[in-house]
Amino acid sequence: MLETRALPDASGYYGPFGGRYVPETLVAALDELEASFQRHHRDPAFVAELENLLHFYAGRPTPTYHAARLSEQLGGAQVYLKREDLAHTGAHKINNALGQGLLARVSGKRRVIAETGAGQHGVASATVCAMLGLDCVVYMGEEDVHRQALNVARMRTLGAEVISVTSGTRTLKDAINEALRDWVTNVENTFYLFGSATGPHPYPKIVREFQRVIGREARAQIQQLSGGLPDTVVACVNGGSNAIGIFSAFIEDPDVALIGVEAGGRGGEQGEHAATVESGTPGILHGARSLLLQDEGGQIIGTHSIAAGLDYPGVGPELAYLHHVGRTEFATFGDADALDALELLARTEGIIPALESAHAVAGAIRMASETSSDRVILVNLSGRGDKDMETIAAQLGTRG
Amino acid sequence: MNRIDASFRSAEAESRLVLAPYVTVGYPTRESAVELALAYVEAGADMLEIGMPFSDPIADGPTVQLASQIALEGGVWLEDAFNMIERIRSQTDIPLVPMGYVNPFMQFGFDSLAREISAAGADGLIVPDVLPEHADDIEAANAEHGLYLIRFAAPTTPRQRLRQVGSGAKGFIYCVSVTGVTGSRARLADDLPAYLARVGEATSVPRMVGFGISKPEHLRTLHGRAEGAIVASALIDIVQASPPSEGIEAAAAHVRNLAAAA
Repeated sequence: MLETRALPDASGYYGPFGGRYVPETLVAALDELEASFQRHHRDPAFVAELENLLHFYAGRPTPTYHAARLSEQLGGAQVYLKREDLAHTGAHKINNALGQGLLARVSGKRRVIAETGAGQHGVASATVCAMLGLDCVVYMGEEDVHRQALNVARMRTLGAEVISVTSGTRTLKDAINEALRDWVTNVENTFYLFGSATGPHPYPKIVREFQRVIGREARAQIQQLSGGLPDTVVACVNGGSNAIGIFSAFIEDPDVALIGVEAGGRGGEQGEHAATVESGTPGILHGARSLLLQDEGGQIIGTHSIAAGLDYPGVGPELAYLHHVGRTEFATFGDADALDALELLARTEGIIPALESAHAVAGAIRMASETSSDRVILVNLSGRGDKDMETIAAQLGTRG
Repeated sequence: MNRIDASFRSAEAESRLVLAPYVTVGYPTRESAVELALAYVEAGADMLEIGMPFSDPIADGPTVQLASQIALEGGVWLEDAFNMIERIRSQTDIPLVPMGYVNPFMQFGFDSLAREISAAGADGLIVPDVLPEHADDIEAANAEHGLYLIRFAAPTTPRQRLRQVGSGAKGFIYCVSVTGVTGSRARLADDLPAYLARVGEATSVPRMVGFGISKPEHLRTLHGRAEGAIVASALIDIVQASPPSEGIEAAAAHVRNLAAAA
């Protein structure tokens, strides 16, 4: 049995991955964050406040739903959906934003910065900052500002300042660069509310711990609904916060297969996808050693996915490690697969998933149709599709 | 003796600061980068920091990023850096200290990198996103080839950590002058003298101040408080603002003014 609760080690490593590769200016702030997290995340008063907010504010527990019509149509395994799309703000990102928001409040820092790709973490951060009375600045790549315009409007409505990042590839990677530069500059009065299970230690650990609630709930719910553990758990993976959140409850169950679905974009050519585990190589980006999409000279290369939240050339160090030791498998599904899955789920179950989550649904559809009807597949439906309706309408519209 | 040590020794004898202009490999162009570096040497540079471009330079502000991006678009590769160091070395004896982010170095191999830059004539290496506690492999590779891996101090670094950073430091401590990224600033931070004094108490290794140093008066305020200064963005700004045929001479003229104040 794989024992991962002890990870990361004291230096922030998960086997060969993780660590802390940052400018010296940030060391003191990361040490302070680590100490604050250690002090508070098991403190009964902190835990009670967080659980209270997760329940009364964010709407947890989110249900696990048996997608019976979808399963019947596929003619194979039974598909269950962990409905993170029903959480406040429409995705799992609120879990971590609430946890880190409370850490920001106890830190005494009044200014919060965040990066966002699809805008879901930005919206969650803006939401929590509004509720806690903190100032919020969100960095977002210019390309994502355009394709997730609705989320930009939501953040601004919530009182956050959204800064459009025009450097580099103008997507999440560059938003993180700018957020890190801001943090280096304003570290003494600014809390960096990091959204993905990547970045320098202790962020991957903190994000996992605050997203663990997804797996904890889902494990109890699926046992109640299906009478046992699932055969397979599927989640979309980029940085991997929703995946590590749900996987964390099943890692020590050797009979449960854990499948991460990466964005295949438009195809296997360099720059056309974001399948980091499948075709990346070890490297260091944004403070952590992990798998990256890079050229042979170590420059980071551009990615493509129809899902803005899967358009990052790296993966969290713990997922890279789980892949390394063979505990998780990865599959790749592209833009067209995700759209097909989205449409099928919408038509059979009346649920429009986020384009990110639609990749996980695509993976589950393939697996379900290849296995027998007594099998159980649990999918983390990490977000809802409202933010993507323009893209979805344009893409599905052209199909007639 | 490592040329870095020699440089601080002779500057100290003359009560001068060691002045280190920053050049980017492949900037302004692949051809003119060496020309720019040699113009700085001619203008009175005591040391050169030679930046190797990276796609995601998180410690650098917009100016250095821009130079980096221009260089990458010009197709610059690590081999261009080795070649540039070698060509500068054939013309001067001042210390040459390449700087770059860890990922391209990791892909090339820390040992191969140290071997190549040492053979080309470099004296040290600056990697702003590697902390001493994660640097065992890269430090060993550098030591093997007689290179100093430069360590950093920041205004946010606590005293206890300053002592740890300082205890194994070689060549100089790169003192980030402000919390922030590289870039020109009108004036230096008010708490800079106290911070430099803290670094001085923690280590006897020379202090090179970087980030935000742009004017002769900045250097004058550093006398007695640090042993040297690195100037980057101010020079790139001058190159960017000048017509292509005049950029090198204009930036070198600024180095000459700085050298007079060092």
